[in-house]
Amino acid sequence: MISVRDLTYAYPLTPTAALWNVTFDVPAGQFCALVGANQSGKSTLCYALSGFIPHFYHGTLSGEVSVAGLDVPATPLAQLAGTVGLVFQNPFNQITGARMTVRGEAAFGLENMGVPRSEMLVRADETLALVGLSGLADRSPMQLSGGQQQRLALASMIVMRPQVLILDEPTSQLDPIGTKEVFAALARLVASGGATVILVEHKLEWVAEFADRVIALAGGQLVADGPPREVLNAPEVVASGVGQTRYARAAALARARGLVQPDAALPVTLNQASEFFAPRSLDEYIP
Amino acid sequence: MNISLDGVSFAYPSGVMALLEVSLEIASGEAVAIIGENGAGKTTLARHLNGLLKPATGGVAIGEWDTRRVSVAKLAARVGYVFQNPDDQLFERTVAAEVGFGPRNLGIPLADAAHAVHNALRRVGLAEQADQHPYDLHISQRKLVALAAALAMNTPIVVLDEPTTGQDAGGVELVGQIVDELKAERRTVIAITHDIDFCAEHFERVVVMAEGRILADGPAARTLSQVEALAQAEVEPPQMIRLARALGMDHAPLTVEEFVDDFAARSAARSESGPKVHGLSGSTPNDSSVSRADSTSGPE
Repeated sequence: MISVRDLTYAYPLTPTAALWNVTFDVPAGQFCALVGANQSGKSTLCYALSGFIPHFYHGTLSGEVSVAGLDVPATPLAQLAGTVGLVFQNPFNQITGARMTVRGEAAFGLENMGVPRSEMLVRADETLALVGLSGLADRSPMQLSGGQQQRLALASMIVMRPQVLILDEPTSQLDPIGTKEVFAALARLVASGGATVILVEHKLEWVAEFADRVIALAGGQLVADGPPREVLNAPEVVASGVGQTRYARAAALARARGLVQPDAALPVTLNQASEFFAPRSLDEYIP
Repeated sequence: MNISLDGVSFAYPSGVMALLEVSLEIASGEAVAIIGENGAGKTTLARHLNGLLKPATGGVAIGEWDTRRVSVAKLAARVGYVFQNPDDQLFERTVAAEVGFGPRNLGIPLADAAHAVHNALRRVGLAEQADQHPYDLHISQRKLVALAAALAMNTPIVVLDEPTTGQDAGGVELVGQIVDELKAERRTVIAITHDIDFCAEHFERVVVMAEGRILADGPAARTLSQVEALAQAEVEPPQMIRLARALGMDHAPLTVEEFVDDFAARSAARSESGPKVHGLSGSTPNDSSVSRADSTSGPE
């Protein structure tokens, strides 16, 4: 569904490349998380996958980016918009300001695609329910809290049902349960065959819980790619500024203090941590 | 300098009731985190502290000042405020001018103001970027510029609206360190945050809000263990408390270190008293705390 080959990119007027020789493939129906310290190239990669690079930002691009069979650098943004949806990092930048209600804002993309009104209303309301905004459909988007605006930005993309959904820290302002619900909703969307998802996130616990795969970037280069538990505990990833879940840190500390088996793999989710710290000799206690 | 909210209610012009008879006393030097669902009224409450919003009914006092009788400009000398969205706050052409805006307006002598600016930028790690345009920085750095602008005012009270949003692990650690320094300086720190692990590690008191009301208020270890109140506010306990519960441990550890200490103590008690009693009491699969933790732990 996504194929990136030797992608190197520099923004205009910058001496150094933001992405260096990045290569990876994402099959259809995968939930792939992108982690990395700030300015490691995560947002730049999101722009390159959705066509904002090079069409909007220009700059110097080499290598290949193809999404759903479209050669991204050679395809106009308007044509990409129906296939790839990008949810911006800052929701305040995504709300158009051109619609007076939350429902109208959610339907804005569909209006531009010429979807019939009756279908638009149904899809907008379904999507608002999915992101937990049903009760606020008639309110002005400008009267929403930060987190509610972020839910609306998310809805405005999901409603278009793009084949590929790219989300740049879509939960940065959401409350904790809201964050988990968004992750769960994305996982459901992927599981139902509805989309391939690329998600940039700092909230490692939920990346670990819900993503199929994690790609780690550092200094514009791909440094690790694989299952969440492996990538999120890889020393080069941790050292690059991604940090670690508290579960992994507690496990590493317990291991350093000789409280647990020295060879046990570090956990990244609650369930893995429960297993890690469960009395390993429980069997011995039972006669 | 104490902060006192007495029966504060507030409605936006649209009619949305954002605060409903909220009363809250914060003593000088306290570190208080306000957590809760989106739209709970957290930012509305915070904006009452620097006078940007005035209560419709009830009153807000900062020290002996009633916010309804004191201008926002004057209140700025007591309450430093960092906006949730830095782009709502930043408007100067250079980082240094931005951070110097507050001190200049407080009438601080030029040399002292320059010193305050330099110090504040050093604290947030942006001394090198002093001459850059704020909008040439990454949004996570702009957020730190906004934080520096509040620090430079040297106010006895600092209010941070979502200070860790968009920061990577290093940025979160830096913000945590600044909060700890402010605490050490006996300044009052009030933070709105959705980062419950950050909240557990740096704030001694936690206020839980939902639908314009305060649902719980108290020491962090106690408040962050109140699963029902937290759930009502769309919040879950921090990772270490959830793990301790899943393992059937009695304590509510706030940090990784506390958890490991508790775990070590339990392991030691076990090996001393023999495995029969302790081994099973803590980790039976039917233990209610285990099933409660499981129900909030997401799908397999």
